[in-house]
Amino acid sequence: MTEAIAPVSAADYLARHEAKGLLRFLTCGSVDDGKSTLIGRLLYDTKLLFEDQLATLASDSRKHGTTGDELDFALLVDGLAAEREQGITIDVAYRFFATERRKFIVADTPGHEQYTRNMATGASNSDVAVILVDARKGILTQTRRHSFIVSLLGLKDVVLAVNKIDLMDYSQSVFDQIVADYRAFAAEFGFRTLVPIPISARHGDNVIARSVHTPWYEGPSLLDHLDTLDVESVAQTRPFRLPVQWVNRPNLNFRGFSGTVASGTVRVGEAVVVAGSGATSRVASIVTADGELPQAGAGQAVTLTLEDEIDASRGDVIAAANARPDVSDQFAAHLIWMHEDSLLPGRPYLMKIGTRTVVMSVTEIKHRVDVNSFQKLAAKTLALNDVAVVNIATHDPIALDPFAEIPQTGAFIVIDRMTNQTVGAGMVDFGLRRATNVHWQALDVSKASRSGLKQQKPAVLWFTGLSGAGKSTIANLVEKRLNALGRHTYLLDGDNVRHGLNKDLGFTDADRVENIRRVAEVARLMVDAGLIVLVSFISPFRAERQMARELLEAGEFIEIFVDTPLAVAEERDVKGLYKRARAGLIQNFTGIDSPYEPPLDPEITIESGALAAEAAAERIFAFLLQNGYLG
Amino acid sequence: MSSERMTHLRRLEAESIFIMREVAAEFANPVMLYSIGKDSAVMLHLAAKAFYPSLPPFPLMHIDTTWKFREMIAFRDAMAARLGFKLLVHTNQDGVAKGINPFDHGSSLYTHVMKTEALKEALTLHGFDAAFGGARRDEEKSRAKERVFSFRTANHGWDPKSQRPELWNLYNARIRPGESIRVFPLSNWTELDIWQYILAENIPIVPLYLAAERPVVERDGQLIMVDDERLPLAPGEVPLMKRVRFRTLGCYPLTAAIESDADTLEAIVGEMLLARTSERAGRLIDHDEAASMEKKKREGYF
Repeated sequence: MTEAIAPVSAADYLARHEAKGLLRFLTCGSVDDGKSTLIGRLLYDTKLLFEDQLATLASDSRKHGTTGDELDFALLVDGLAAEREQGITIDVAYRFFATERRKFIVADTPGHEQYTRNMATGASNSDVAVILVDARKGILTQTRRHSFIVSLLGLKDVVLAVNKIDLMDYSQSVFDQIVADYRAFAAEFGFRTLVPIPISARHGDNVIARSVHTPWYEGPSLLDHLDTLDVESVAQTRPFRLPVQWVNRPNLNFRGFSGTVASGTVRVGEAVVVAGSGATSRVASIVTADGELPQAGAGQAVTLTLEDEIDASRGDVIAAANARPDVSDQFAAHLIWMHEDSLLPGRPYLMKIGTRTVVMSVTEIKHRVDVNSFQKLAAKTLALNDVAVVNIATHDPIALDPFAEIPQTGAFIVIDRMTNQTVGAGMVDFGLRRATNVHWQALDVSKASRSGLKQQKPAVLWFTGLSGAGKSTIANLVEKRLNALGRHTYLLDGDNVRHGLNKDLGFTDADRVENIRRVAEVARLMVDAGLIVLVSFISPFRAERQMARELLEAGEFIEIFVDTPLAVAEERDVKGLYKRARAGLIQNFTGIDSPYEPPLDPEITIESGALAAEAAAERIFAFLLQNGYLG
Repeated sequence: MSSERMTHLRRLEAESIFIMREVAAEFANPVMLYSIGKDSAVMLHLAAKAFYPSLPPFPLMHIDTTWKFREMIAFRDAMAARLGFKLLVHTNQDGVAKGINPFDHGSSLYTHVMKTEALKEALTLHGFDAAFGGARRDEEKSRAKERVFSFRTANHGWDPKSQRPELWNLYNARIRPGESIRVFPLSNWTELDIWQYILAENIPIVPLYLAAERPVVERDGQLIMVDDERLPLAPGEVPLMKRVRFRTLGCYPLTAAIESDADTLEAIVGEMLLARTSERAGRLIDHDEAASMEKKKREGYF
């Protein structure tokens, strides 16, 4: 059943295999260009398939295959049931094979347009891109799109695999024309190497070995090329960066900073800086479980101890003292949007850069890039698969590098704060200003002294609910009550503010976000002035109400949900708006064709369907009294 | 992004350490699932390295189906004690009370109750928000698409469509209360890498991986070891002593042995280079039905 193998030859093999390098590449291109087939072919021809896998493949090929009686290699890699049934690849699959020189990790990425985000994901973890083109079809929209994304993610080495050349009679002129077409548009992408190879994944021509069918082709086979390609290791030559992952404190005598060297090298005794605080020290030791090291380079996971007791924690970047990263709270970036819910400028999201997670928002979409024509287009929001150049502001200053210089400290992901989904991927172009140069102007008279004069605790009473829910009516009653008691108040009403401050805004999702952002900022200034501010706005999205809450200090934001069912509000229809919305005369009307997201944990809920406005106002007043807002 | 100068094993090691540190830093209550197999052995070794000189800031947990090889249980306790890790052991007591076993109830129901349900029960009981597992992408087709951070709903369900894209090494660790993440730090390792690393780092493994004379019976072409008297024998069936070893370890009635003379690590690797059957072929549970692993995962199987 098994042949005995002399231990000595296994040991030899191991010694050789242990010294191997690792190359990660992705295959991409339009649907049906044969990506999965190519990977299946590589696994088959490098003898990585076992007998039981081949048996499964043979039976699957008969059942679902598209290649007649031959093995359908695509079935090897299309793993999820939905994919096998539909014959398409909807997720990134990772595959592994090895040659004498290298171990390979292949990301097999989807071709369909709606899965471009998966393709970008595969590219972010690859050194080389193999872009497939169907020889019968030539360059397609997806070919251009994928090439663009590959360049955007900083890949420098590309293989143009012209597949199914067998179906074009191994024609050199077909191949040459496709290569010429490709070079024409790819010139601006700045690829370091671009190697075109005519292949047939199905029959194996020029995949592992040079094919007799293409005597006119003088270059290497695909595998030979991947085996010998010298991948430029830029990371080692850049300045030293180490994002701190975890502070290592086993006892009081040891305090180390654990992390993976993102770029450059560091030696014991070298001067380093904690980028955010600017505190400097020298490296005392580089600790690993296998002993201390004199130096560590990009990619190594280590623990640094420093000569001085300086403060650093998770999210900080330890950097070369003589080549520091930018520290900024505003920067320009390329952004790939990856979610069905559009990006809305002004809406707060989380971003994770290195080991740091901060609140950020897009302050401006400078332009969107049409990935087919590469033209710059104006945009107010970004939809799934859009690529854009944007300006971003973060809540706190962060250490960053341009992605083109140090990808590890210039790449970030965007996370939706409500759903926790990863919704975007970004690459820093450059910091917009040094945040440390712009200080908040400190003023002598404070919020406390202003509100003290008024004998009240300043706050925002934020009324949210559907149009016609009764927000303004109740807010008006509350303000009258406070005013009669000599309290200093102001009521910001949605309709009134839209006549002035916000008259340039409409009712799209993007404009609604900006509408709320401005009102929240105005309310914050008024709270700073010591006032009790009543805000009566539909404010349909949780994210923006959360943003308003976070602009204020704890206890200053009181969310009041005027919970009137749609049917009741529509029945009242004081302003006749529902009737017009139903008739299609008003677009984007909350509750009709635009969503309302009810608060999850409001301070006060008013079931206004059941409660009279006066009683509701009384409840809010009692809340203020009980919680010490009225002195 | 690569560092060609590091060998592939050192790159894999550094990647796994990075993942473990991320989890330790971002989650409130992580746990490392310890299956006692070779992949778990590597995972444990990497955890000890990742946090050195500290001990890993999370416990180990073993889901004991009560049908593990006896040698596995002895090895488990010895390893935890030797490394100084905290070890939790959990068994689905309800399943034990009902006498659920792989013979009377079939491997599918048995696995569901004693592994999947037991795991969910244990995660809920301790309120773990992240659980490390030793699964590799090269094991099986639906694993090839698994994320490093695999998101699970509050019911421990896995929905392939709601998995988050993973770009660069920026893992999104955000979850809501009750939700959890399964983390696979060995995602990019292959079986050969695992053996090579065990050899290079001199990592202890359960002796069942090495060939020895063991009592086995042959069923449907698979060699099943008679590890204790609970294995029902057919009339006239007599266990034979054969020189066998295991390529993968699980519950003994569901784990097939292969005939082999490989009694050193070098010999195992040598044998692997000639091997013509894939690792999971020895796991009887994968053969139950087409796309079986994907189905199990949707239900909460690791």
